[in-house]
Amino acid sequence: MKLYTAKSDTVTAKRIVADDMILTKDMPTAAGSKMLDGYMSLLEAEAVTRLTAAGYGICGKADVGEFAIDLVGETSYYGAPTKDGKLTNASVEIVKSSEAMAAIGLDVNGSIRRAAAQGGLVSVKPTYGTVSRYGTIPVACSGETVCVTAKNTDDCREVLDVIVGHDDKDGTSLSETECAKLKKAMPAKSIKKVAMISEMCENVDAETKAKIDAVRAKLAAKGIEVTVVSEPMLSSARVAWNILMSAELCNNVSRYDGVKYGYRTENYTCIDDLYTNTRTEAFGELLKTVILYGSDALSTDNYMKVYDKGLRVRRLICECFAKLFGQYDAVLLPACSKAAYTEDMVAADKYIAFSENVFTAPASITGLPTVTAGGVQLIGPAFSENALFEAAKLYE
Amino acid sequence: MRYETVIGLEVHVELATQSKIFCACHAKYGAGPNEHVCPACCGMPGMLPVTNKRVVDFGMKAGMMLNCTINRTTTFDKKSYYYPDLPCAYQTTQWFAPVAVNGLVEIETSKGKKNVRIKQIHMEEDAGKLVHDISENTSCVDFNRTSVPLIEIVSQPDLSSAEEVEAYLERLKSLLRYAKVAECAMEHGTMRCDVNLSVRPEGSDKLGVRTEMKNMNSIDAIKRAISYEVARHIDAIENGTEVLVQETRRWDDLKGKSYAMRNKETAGDYRYFPDPNVMPVVIDDAWYDSIKASLPEFPEVKRARYIETLGLSEYDATQLTKSIAVCECFEDAYAVCGNAKDAANWLLSEVMSVLGTKKMTPDSLNINGKSLGELIKLVAEGKVSRANGKKILTAMFDDTDLNPAEYAKANDLVVSNDTGLMEKVAKEVLAGEEKAVADFKAGKEKALAAILGKCMKQLKGNCNPQVLREFLISEIGKM
Repeated sequence: MKLYTAKSDTVTAKRIVADDMILTKDMPTAAGSKMLDGYMSLLEAEAVTRLTAAGYGICGKADVGEFAIDLVGETSYYGAPTKDGKLTNASVEIVKSSEAMAAIGLDVNGSIRRAAAQGGLVSVKPTYGTVSRYGTIPVACSGETVCVTAKNTDDCREVLDVIVGHDDKDGTSLSETECAKLKKAMPAKSIKKVAMISEMCENVDAETKAKIDAVRAKLAAKGIEVTVVSEPMLSSARVAWNILMSAELCNNVSRYDGVKYGYRTENYTCIDDLYTNTRTEAFGELLKTVILYGSDALSTDNYMKVYDKGLRVRRLICECFAKLFGQYDAVLLPACSKAAYTEDMVAADKYIAFSENVFTAPASITGLPTVTAGGVQLIGPAFSENALFEAAKLYE
Repeated sequence: MRYETVIGLEVHVELATQSKIFCACHAKYGAGPNEHVCPACCGMPGMLPVTNKRVVDFGMKAGMMLNCTINRTTTFDKKSYYYPDLPCAYQTTQWFAPVAVNGLVEIETSKGKKNVRIKQIHMEEDAGKLVHDISENTSCVDFNRTSVPLIEIVSQPDLSSAEEVEAYLERLKSLLRYAKVAECAMEHGTMRCDVNLSVRPEGSDKLGVRTEMKNMNSIDAIKRAISYEVARHIDAIENGTEVLVQETRRWDDLKGKSYAMRNKETAGDYRYFPDPNVMPVVIDDAWYDSIKASLPEFPEVKRARYIETLGLSEYDATQLTKSIAVCECFEDAYAVCGNAKDAANWLLSEVMSVLGTKKMTPDSLNINGKSLGELIKLVAEGKVSRANGKKILTAMFDDTDLNPAEYAKANDLVVSNDTGLMEKVAKEVLAGEEKAVADFKAGKEKALAAILGKCMKQLKGNCNPQVLREFLISEIGKM
């Protein structure tokens, strides 16, 4: 188990830990994979550049699950991080131990939100396009977002404020005017009405249920109305996201072929062997499954039947949220079904991350901002981060 | 039985932009290995594509030159396949909404004029290049060419002979060069062509088995490949020498044979899907109109103007308008010398002959047209002899800043007004040419030319030949 690679020189500035999906120039970035073990990038993430320029210091790199698609980090090549017999997450442990004031990381399949919810931290997944993805390991580019995790909403907002902004190096980056809507100085419309999705709150364990109830009670105490709403459509986001994420992952990790950098097999006599053996030896089992699944979804025979359907469902989920936001200011969802995961759960269901993401997929597939606090997710319309933070402050 | 050949072409053309399609690296051909690369175009994780707007400008312009409809929302897609020269193992191309569709190109062959329909033009990035070192048993990858912008022009199967293919390729080259969007030089690999070919009994409306040939790098190679492939298809149909299958074949021009590369069953699945990192390009009216307004005068329009307004012959106008480089030089020269016929003659005879000796193509003509105009004026005014004019022209190829008048003066190429010198030289030469003088007197016209040549040589060409001739005849008359 490797939680953390600390930087050799002492960082005296405000300390930030970057997860291993964020490229840094002076520390290796492995993305939790044998494929990129020891990989030194020529470039650093825009988020890192902005933080450094603002006087923050990257104090180290926190391990992630292989390409950050698992529950909380258990598929890392360096071993699953555990604490007291339960799975944990490297970034969360480092922030909890006050080694760093906040963590930045790439939320691909909800692991950051699940880990924050289970670890009692606050995490923000900002509106897609407001934080540059330049210098992040690409996996599912259409939905993944750089996130901030900290002990409280104030620290989260402070760090988010630094990394938000237009970047010419990212073609999907929004304009400076749009990005500015997230700045903490901008006035926010207070959240008065929250929709709680009934289907999502049903099959969760007692501890998670208790967290939801606690949040509900705290909101109600402040006069915020929480209405239980049935919206079965939102549960379909998971299937669609699994298709889109797998397809994009399959394509994005195809660059790791043993030719240019990263792991290369010693066992080859021709280029096809080089490709096959490199990838066979360096990719983990979950990743290989997702590559196959994604490849199949994009095949000529399945494109219209599978991938294109995924895109259509994405549109429906967006419409579903638009309808909800016509009546409510935010949507309340759990971030996971369990208070904690164990290695046994993963052993019993290898693909558990692709069912547990039923809670995180709606915000991933739509790019909507989400603040995870008090063990639950609060999702708002695009650019509503300030309002979400204000509400989350009531129950963090 | 008589057969007809059905051919469709996929033509790749490198766009002449300064930088690559998704990063700021140089797109120029000819640098040392891996000199024009960055983390983006060599496939390192973390770099994101940012679309080069000039590429879209050029793509639209190419579409308009080929009478296409421009897709006002055009998108990029990823095409996946493994090859060491493709660093990301995917190529960003256009599959679902290419920049231009449904075009039409008119070609002319010995059988007359014909329209070739264009299915689509899409923009995409080029791949790198493998350099195989057999002695070392290794292969090296050069990523200079990765992400250099390309357009692929896909025709409908409207061509039926090698002659038509040649006319079509020449036509594409001319139109794209007129628009200044591409060099289209097959010898530099900036124009490449895949030939889709099938054969069917004449009059049949059912297409035969289609094969696709790759790896052809000259029009002559394409012509040879087509005739080989047609013969192979007919042989297979008539004599059952082999079973034709839909496949991709590689043309080996040295051996004069095509070889199967992969067939439909073993072909990889490219798994196209929209690239989420490249935003759809929306072409608004202002952008569309600005490209439309920047289109050049089309070759036919130029040709007609040369005939009607400038009074050139049809032949001269046709020859000149084959290459935009020649047209531009002609127009600049004409603007200075004021005589279109003279300028056309210089371009089509003297300039073409220098190009020939230098083994250059008309498209690579790089002399300054205004200077050529000055030179034509000097010759027309009798200040420089035509022979010396050619010498100056040759020098202009090596120095585009050359001033013809100054060069003539500096190199003693100016026609002398010194009749005394001319007369002295003429008399000396005549004195030593008794036989030639006698021959001329006996009626041999040619004998005079030899005498004239000797005088000219001694005068270094700087003499009005007509004046010299008249003087020689009058002197011989006195002898």
